[in-house]
Amino acid sequence: MLGLNKRDTSFLLIVIALTAFTPFLMQPFAEGTAMAQFNGGYPDLMQRVAIFGIFAIGFNILFGLTGYLSFGHAAFLGVGSYSAVWMFKLLSMNIIPGIILAVIMSGIFALLIGWISLRRSGIYFSILTLAFAQMSYNLAYSVLTPLTNGETGLQIRPNDPRILDGANAAEYTNLFGLQMSSSYKLELGSHLFTFNVGFYVCALIAIIAFYISLRIFRSPFGLMLRAVKSNQQRMSYTGLNPRPYTLAAFVISGMYAGLAGGLLASMDPLAGAERMQWTVGGEVVIMTILGGAGTLLGPVLGAGAIKYLENIFSKINETVLHGWFSFLPDGAEDFVVGVLSVFTGKGWHLTLGLLFMLVVTFLPGGLVEGGKRIGRLFKRKPKDDGDDAEHHPKQAPHVAE
Amino acid sequence: MDQILLQILNGLDKGSAYALIALGLTLIFGTLGVVNFAHGALFMIGAFCAVTLQKILSISSIVLDPTKTDFLGNPAKVRTPYVETWFGPEMGASIIDWSVPLAILFSIPVMIAVGYTMERGLIKHFYKRPHADQILVTFGLAIVLQEIVKQFYGANPIPTGAPEAFRGSYDFGVLLGFKANAIIYPYWRIIYFAFSLVIIGAVFAFLRFTTFGMVVRAGMADRETVGLLGINIDKRFTIMFGIAAAVAGVAGVMYAPINSPNYHMGMDFLVLSFVVVVVGGMGSLPGAVLAGFLLGILESFASMNEIKQFLPGIDQIIIYLTAIVILLVRPRGLMGKRGVMEE
Repeated sequence: MLGLNKRDTSFLLIVIALTAFTPFLMQPFAEGTAMAQFNGGYPDLMQRVAIFGIFAIGFNILFGLTGYLSFGHAAFLGVGSYSAVWMFKLLSMNIIPGIILAVIMSGIFALLIGWISLRRSGIYFSILTLAFAQMSYNLAYSVLTPLTNGETGLQIRPNDPRILDGANAAEYTNLFGLQMSSSYKLELGSHLFTFNVGFYVCALIAIIAFYISLRIFRSPFGLMLRAVKSNQQRMSYTGLNPRPYTLAAFVISGMYAGLAGGLLASMDPLAGAERMQWTVGGEVVIMTILGGAGTLLGPVLGAGAIKYLENIFSKINETVLHGWFSFLPDGAEDFVVGVLSVFTGKGWHLTLGLLFMLVVTFLPGGLVEGGKRIGRLFKRKPKDDGDDAEHHPKQAPHVAE
Repeated sequence: MDQILLQILNGLDKGSAYALIALGLTLIFGTLGVVNFAHGALFMIGAFCAVTLQKILSISSIVLDPTKTDFLGNPAKVRTPYVETWFGPEMGASIIDWSVPLAILFSIPVMIAVGYTMERGLIKHFYKRPHADQILVTFGLAIVLQEIVKQFYGANPIPTGAPEAFRGSYDFGVLLGFKANAIIYPYWRIIYFAFSLVIIGAVFAFLRFTTFGMVVRAGMADRETVGLLGINIDKRFTIMFGIAAAVAGVAGVMYAPINSPNYHMGMDFLVLSFVVVVVGGMGSLPGAVLAGFLLGILESFASMNEIKQFLPGIDQIIIYLTAIVILLVRPRGLMGKRGVMEE
């Protein structure tokens, strides 16, 4: 189906099913119970998971396939957000033009930055992208204030022109009248599920993005990108110039980042310079690595895991912890709460950093590899590595050899 | 003319900080071949050594003085720092006053210990892994270190003053024959600059004139051969890591009065010092120092009003712009050596 073989089709169908049922999956606990605070099924979080999933899928096309580590992808996210908000201000509150412009603008930016940065590789490439990201951040913050509204961030105003919208058109972001923030709530017994329009728009786009990345992974082009990662010199010796391939990968991943930025602005129509800071670019690196760089599903898993944990961990403050450990004797309770509160609540970044270090050190393949290892433990007869579909597609056309 | 001189002076103190951090980064890279993204965090830890020492020194005994009352009518609390009770009020007060310079002595062993632990505990396992993995794990470490500091000291900057004697400014213009008040420059920044020159000189002298330094330089040039000669080069490189950490640490200590330490100052300096290293040329110590001062001065020139008038915003991006241009024109950096990190 859709140019995929049977295995990939079922893979894609599983992903579609998982995405479609996210409101159920992220809401496993009944309302009013002690566990209800671990529910992640509210619109804002689900949208973020889908959007950062797109961001990470795109980043993975560059880092996972070619091995070029960019720390500057936040710049494209920011460009996407700014372009989308400008479209909301000038043309229409319909999200379609905003997203289209976001993708185009970030593509142009990525072409420019990639064309310069890709002259170097390795650490130099990382530093160059870092320099570009910081430069865009500083510019957005100071000189480009007429375009970006500096510190305050770009916002929509009631008196914006909005040429395409009528006189008394909607003031909220919409898709042909369908409001992004509107949700349908379903109550099943004591469970409450929220189906949000914005989430399903993001999810639909995320599935398309995933499908495109799947096709790229399986294409001869994807194979070329892997060749860049494994041995660039040998690739050049066979008479192939790696530059156009890496540049194409960079632009594609930049466009994914712009798409994510545009969607972020569509869900919540404001754009600030903080989105361009290099630490945001570092976050997507963390997501991709945590999930598993170079695998298809890894980045999405990583984005989901980090965004979910971020929300949950930030909620666990000392009061909550005291509630949990109240069964302990007083001294022990205070001690346990004292230790745990370092890692929860405001200490979430500490946990994230530790988690990230552990994954990089012990599980370089990320969550996907972890899952495979666990799977192998339970398998009776260990197969050889030939079943690793994502790294070695069976009918791989050996173009480079 | 006086304007130009003033900008050069202004650039020197920032340039000194860049140069010191970049020097440490290059030492680590040149010896161990590791790209250390946690180096900014070491600078930050150094600055917090100064904060810690100041706090330790001002731990006070509290005595209730019934003869005076505070605004609520309770007996006033009289705080006397323990150092004052031990060394007498004048001596004690001056010890507290001089806490930042004293923190240098305090920070060196701390930083060497931190650096040694970092190398033995974590980075050792990453020599054989690709550079990307090294960047990632040290990036993670930087986040962890900065969050730990945040847990202890909070998110707000903590003012840490220079000794009373160095708080004022000096009118340089008079000294050089310009009008009065043309070139006014704070004492502490002059001291920072002089201090950084001393440290840089010490590191170079150490590498140049000691047997240990000679072995390290030989190891930087050809690690394998030195190892084959029966020298335990790894151990020496670990010590160099400690020294590099100490250089970053003392740079942080002395920077504390210029800019109140906060937990993310390391990240802010990290990006810039990487740019400095790359501009100077990966693996070249003189290059790192030169590029540090050069970029510091360039940055302060770019923030002159005359320049900002026809190139608005140039002060924000000048360093990055220079780095991009240099990387494209001279891929090895200003003084990069052939064969070091050329992919």
